[in-house]
Amino acid sequence: MANPKIKITNLNLYYEDVHALKDINLEIYPNEILGIIGPANSGKSSLLRAINRLAELDGAVIQGKIELDGTDTRELPVNELRRRVGLIFAAPVVLPGSIYKNITYGPRMHNRYTKKELDELVYFSLTSAGLWDEVKDRLFDSASSLSGGQQQRLCIARTIALKPEVIMMDEPCSGLDPISTAKIEKTMLELKERFTFILVTNNTKQAARVSTRTAFFLNGELIEVAPTETLFTSPKDKRTNDYIVGRFG
Amino acid sequence: MKEKVSEKFLLIISFSAIVSLLLITIFIFAQGFPLIFKAGLKNFFSTHWAPTKGHFGIVSMIIGSLFVTLGALIVGVPLGLACAVFLAEFSPPTIQKVLKPIIELLAGIPSVVYGFIGIVILVPLVRNLFGGSGFSVLTSALVLGIMILPTIVSISYDSLVAVPQTYREGSYALGATKWQTVLMVLFPSARSGIIAAIILGMGRAIGETMAVIMIAGNALKIPHSILDPVRTITSTIALELGYSSGDHRLALFACGSILFIIIIILNIIAIRIGNRE
Amino acid sequence: MTFRIGPRTSQIIAYTFLLACTIIVIAILLFIIGFIFKNGFGKLSWNFLTENTKAMGKEGGIFPSIIGTLLVTFVAIIIAAPLGIGSALYLTEYTKGGWIRRIISFGADCLAGVPSIIFGLFGFIFFVITLKLGWSILSGGLTLAVMILPTIIRTSEEAIKAVPRAYREISYSLGVGKIDTIIRIVLPTAFPGIATGIILGIGRAVSETAAVIFTAGSSLNIPTSLLSSTRTLAVHFYILAREGISMPNAYGTATVLIIIILLINFIAYRLMHRFIARYY
Repeated sequence: MANPKIKITNLNLYYEDVHALKDINLEIYPNEILGIIGPANSGKSSLLRAINRLAELDGAVIQGKIELDGTDTRELPVNELRRRVGLIFAAPVVLPGSIYKNITYGPRMHNRYTKKELDELVYFSLTSAGLWDEVKDRLFDSASSLSGGQQQRLCIARTIALKPEVIMMDEPCSGLDPISTAKIEKTMLELKERFTFILVTNNTKQAARVSTRTAFFLNGELIEVAPTETLFTSPKDKRTNDYIVGRFG
Repeated sequence: MKEKVSEKFLLIISFSAIVSLLLITIFIFAQGFPLIFKAGLKNFFSTHWAPTKGHFGIVSMIIGSLFVTLGALIVGVPLGLACAVFLAEFSPPTIQKVLKPIIELLAGIPSVVYGFIGIVILVPLVRNLFGGSGFSVLTSALVLGIMILPTIVSISYDSLVAVPQTYREGSYALGATKWQTVLMVLFPSARSGIIAAIILGMGRAIGETMAVIMIAGNALKIPHSILDPVRTITSTIALELGYSSGDHRLALFACGSILFIIIIILNIIAIRIGNRE
Repeated sequence: MTFRIGPRTSQIIAYTFLLACTIIVIAILLFIIGFIFKNGFGKLSWNFLTENTKAMGKEGGIFPSIIGTLLVTFVAIIIAAPLGIGSALYLTEYTKGGWIRRIISFGADCLAGVPSIIFGLFGFIFFVITLKLGWSILSGGLTLAVMILPTIIRTSEEAIKAVPRAYREISYSLGVGKIDTIIRIVLPTAFPGIATGIILGIGRAVSETAAVIFTAGSSLNIPTSLLSSTRTLAVHFYILAREGISMPNAYGTATVLIIIILLINFIAYRLMHRFIARYY
């Protein structure tokens, strides 16, 4: 297998007294979609927030190592890390301002761009997110005038504009209608060639549809990880099977 | 790094409030306390105030401030509490939204305007109704009472509104009327906030200067009835600072120091009580 | 025979009493404003507002006081706004609990309770005498700045706290640093709330008398520099009223004052509601 894009070694995460992540060892390979499934409070979101070091702002104590392309993430400048590893939140939150401004906000804080370059960036990001046709005539309208599904795709476009290497999605389709969900899943599959995805989802069927490999988390532990089809048809651990089958959720 | 510099910069700025407070304390005490020691405590705590002749007794002024403040509380607290209860519990939200800003408007009216209305309307009224000159403890109590209304209404209202709805519901479920709920449940729960409101109102009344100068009569005697004129610590400072010099001026700072200490103590009590929630 | 008032009757009595009190309070406010307006509105004219004050205030207009008030308020805001907003930013963005936060909050809360005459004393001994600024717009403005600082800190803190946490997290996730997030996202979003605080501060500064009369003085000349002494509208009104110089002019000045206050409160109120509607 190719060198891992992200390598997580012996990761432990504590919020106050809660041991949210226990001895996680996980590798994420380039250009795969890694699905992460598991019941609520199993540490899935905490894992994403540990990778882009957002968890530190919540006061979490982190032990262990996370490497991006072989470099410890604690040694990278944090702003650079977060540009390279983007995070899409569960509830789509657009920043105040126009659609155009939402997309260009991040890039402009990292680099100087000419107006022409910004226009191209906006076109590129919105097209990649599958949103261009719907908003091309109203780029300067307020971003909050978009529907929920469109806003979430705007959030994806916003992240793509930074030209990241990894895109992490934390339950991106919760609260979205099936059509929007389908559009987002289609986008993910189309973008797989250019980015690496980590997809946290509480919808096992979505993981089955979209992810290359799937990992199952329970109570802060990584129970098992395997190519999606293998995990779903012949999981090694009984608990994985129980969750997939729906004996608990 | 940009982050560290801006953080330190904001930290320094954020000390401006406490630094100002310290400066005020230091400079006022530095002027006032030497005089208190020079004059001696017996002089300072007597009733004879003739600062140009070396008599610095502030007791009549302290008593004046006390009477006037007490009067203000007697007028303002029942009225203010009643308003707060009415707004919080007995009026629909639309009315609250209209009335609350109107009452807060009362807080914006300059104290000199209150004093002016006092001179032009209340003083003759008191004179005609009760005799005396009209410049009296009574007049001051009325005007000051009105001036502290916004403070009492606002803070009491906030305390009442902060009581969890479940308390009310529990009471109604037992068959109590709204008024019974207010008396038995809400007042006890909101007690700290209401007491804080009263203490802050007291602070405002003690510290009020301009309105009092205009209506209290400013006579240096301890008043024997509410129709007698009265002088407060604040009036003395404001009336005499302009033309004072030397020890006289220092004595005024001594008055200011005492006033400042009283206010800070009241504030600390109010903050403590307010934080107990 | 014992006569007991039932709970429903008590409630009706109580309700009537409470309603009466509220009506009394509102009536008092309306009366004050109405009374001043009735007697002072007639005095309002373009001349009154733009003419110089003559004969110690007996004749002429209030122009010097208008200019003086504007300048003193301007100085106060220029100093208090950055200090207040900066303090509020540090309180919300950089502290969680801890002793620093408690000291800063304590300072602001206590400062808020200090009466204006004490500010007058302080401004007099510190700015006028010790810093040798004399009776001047600068002395008055600086004193007022310290007075309105707590107001600005409090309202700014509320406004900054109200900015949704998600905005900050999104900005950080896009790789934007803390201070940039504050400048680009938090402050612009909190702006209406912060502006409300500044406007309320202006209102306090305009109404102030005791702190200003001992620091800015009472000169009736049009100020020529920040070190000129000046007489603000509130001080002018006080002198006119107390010395009995001119009742009509006193009413006129009071009317102008109250109109300014009403305008300020109205603007602040509208701003606050636009802000609340957006984020709550």
